[in-house]
Amino acid sequence: MPKVYVSSVVNAPAADVWQVVRNFNGLPDWTPFVAESRIEQNAQPDQIGCIRNFTLKDGGRIRERLLALSDYDLSCTYSILESPMGVENYVAKLALTPITDGNATFCEWEAEFDCAPEREAALIQQIGTGVFQAAFTALKKRFAR
Amino acid sequence: MVQVCQSTIIDAPIDEVWRVLRDFNGHDRWHPAIASSVIENGEPVDAVGSVRRFRLADGGELREQLLSLSDEECRLTYCLLESPLPLMGYVASIRLKPVTDGNRTFWEWRSEFHPPANRRDELVRLVTDGIYRAGFAAIRKLLSVGQRQVPIVARAVDAPAVARAMPKPVEPVSAAVSDRTRAIVVAKYGGPEVLEFREIGLSEPAYGEVRIRHTVIGVNFIDVYCRTGYFDLLSPPGVPGMEAAGVIEAIGPGVSGVSVGERVAYACPPVGAYSERRNMLPELLVRLPDDISDEIAAGALLKGVAASFLLHDVQPVRPGSVVLVHAAAGGIGQVLVQWARHLGATVIATVSNDDKARLVERLGAHHVIVYTSENFADAVMEITGGRGADVVYDAVGNDTFAGSLAALGVRGHLVSFGQASGPVGNWDIGRFSSKSITVSRPNYGHFTDTQEKLAPHVNRFFSALRQGIVRIEPPRRYPLAQAADAHRDLESRRSTGSLVLTV
Repeated sequence: MPKVYVSSVVNAPAADVWQVVRNFNGLPDWTPFVAESRIEQNAQPDQIGCIRNFTLKDGGRIRERLLALSDYDLSCTYSILESPMGVENYVAKLALTPITDGNATFCEWEAEFDCAPEREAALIQQIGTGVFQAAFTALKKRFAR
Repeated sequence: MVQVCQSTIIDAPIDEVWRVLRDFNGHDRWHPAIASSVIENGEPVDAVGSVRRFRLADGGELREQLLSLSDEECRLTYCLLESPLPLMGYVASIRLKPVTDGNRTFWEWRSEFHPPANRRDELVRLVTDGIYRAGFAAIRKLLSVGQRQVPIVARAVDAPAVARAMPKPVEPVSAAVSDRTRAIVVAKYGGPEVLEFREIGLSEPAYGEVRIRHTVIGVNFIDVYCRTGYFDLLSPPGVPGMEAAGVIEAIGPGVSGVSVGERVAYACPPVGAYSERRNMLPELLVRLPDDISDEIAAGALLKGVAASFLLHDVQPVRPGSVVLVHAAAGGIGQVLVQWARHLGATVIATVSNDDKARLVERLGAHHVIVYTSENFADAVMEITGGRGADVVYDAVGNDTFAGSLAALGVRGHLVSFGQASGPVGNWDIGRFSSKSITVSRPNYGHFTDTQEKLAPHVNRFFSALRQGIVRIEPPRRYPLAQAADAHRDLESRRSTGSLVLTV
């Protein structure tokens, strides 16, 4: 099963970063690649099982289900229900950990999925660099101090 | 109960940080609060359940037990068994995660314990600052970019090709001779008795050269081969020696990036190290950091660099590899044993007598064979349950070559990098197919003759010294004038460790 792991350091307290990334409906606010997002069935964005339905700036539409959210561990786990990427069994987790030294945040984003073998390398690159790292880079810029 | 959690980012790849932190007995080598540490009952440092007994810089003695260790997660947990401080029920864990954005490392160190209420703040502060934060700072210093940077002197600029012709005649006959120096001269090929101590001429450093005043000179088996004419690196009359430490005394025209007074060492041709002073090109000089002494540099640079490429390039040794090291009590043998063990190999060592066996066991060899009293090839097969060795490092040559082939497993690799007992002779390679054996004969020069090739090995070796992965016992010292005695002791197999000549 292909895996992607990306981690970075954001120069802000973990609580501040968590406030931004905790919102399951908030991708348009902080990532550079999501145009708009809504939560289906009028659910709350922190309701486990809720589905976010969002449109990428390139036009693609993705539906993802919130599987777990922890204000104690500062982590969020979700799966993909529909996407143009050609992945199956895709589960991803975004987690923050405080760095006491300098009061910064260690951010990790990992995903596991199944796909056609010939697409594996391209997908790992696309998800790791094009999505996770791109979002972290935007977070770093947002909190630059 | 209180919980302490501290975390930081170290600007080094996770493998490098983990290599240091996973060594449960290695904290005395990097943590400023810890003076000395041993693992009780000779347990392996990575055996879960092993107990480290250590002394603090202020004298207190503590015992801690390893509760879990995971190379998969880069995580370890330990608890305090005995301590002069009331850190009751202290359980701590260290975990590392890679920061892929920049190839750095996230390090978290946390613990919980039950302090007496009246000492709670004091103990939390001690653990937070005195142990965890001080540890972060020490590792940051140990692995910082400054320590890891290439310690190589800048190259000579635009040296005309004529000045690069090597080797230079050691006794210049031209009018350029302006000074004299004392040196050991091989007047003709032969035994140790041909080594003459006398005065020779020394010219000013030519274009592109520097002059080095030696302080300590390394003695290596290759010097014996130069003396006997087995290698043609020296044409009599000539000064042998390819390893030394000293100070830059003068700089010729066309050289930049080097200053007079800098401490340097080298382990490279051309020959000429058995002298008080010499001129040479600066390309392969290594600038010595403050924490590497002249004696260690002269006694161990060549051996350390050779061990580095033997274990990493000639045959990459991996966890679980079975490695056989001959002459394990010798200079390079001692480095190979310690380093191969650190790399996770099962190390089998051969030595000639029981005293050397004890020495090599102390260095960490898992199995030691006294080859004078038992057949080492049979012993290796017995130890490995018939599997044989994955790699044999053999610098003994004639006496061991056949046995080394027999001790190899299927697809094993015999690395023949010397012939202390004589040339290995001619072999029919067709017979190697019975085990798909590889035999290689690496030449030091081909792995170290440019700065680009040499620098990674020097850095890796200095880092191994700093981290205590490789410990070098103080070399045995001989005055330069008595180089012949040093050669006699080296050839007689009486010596252990490194031999150096002092100026």
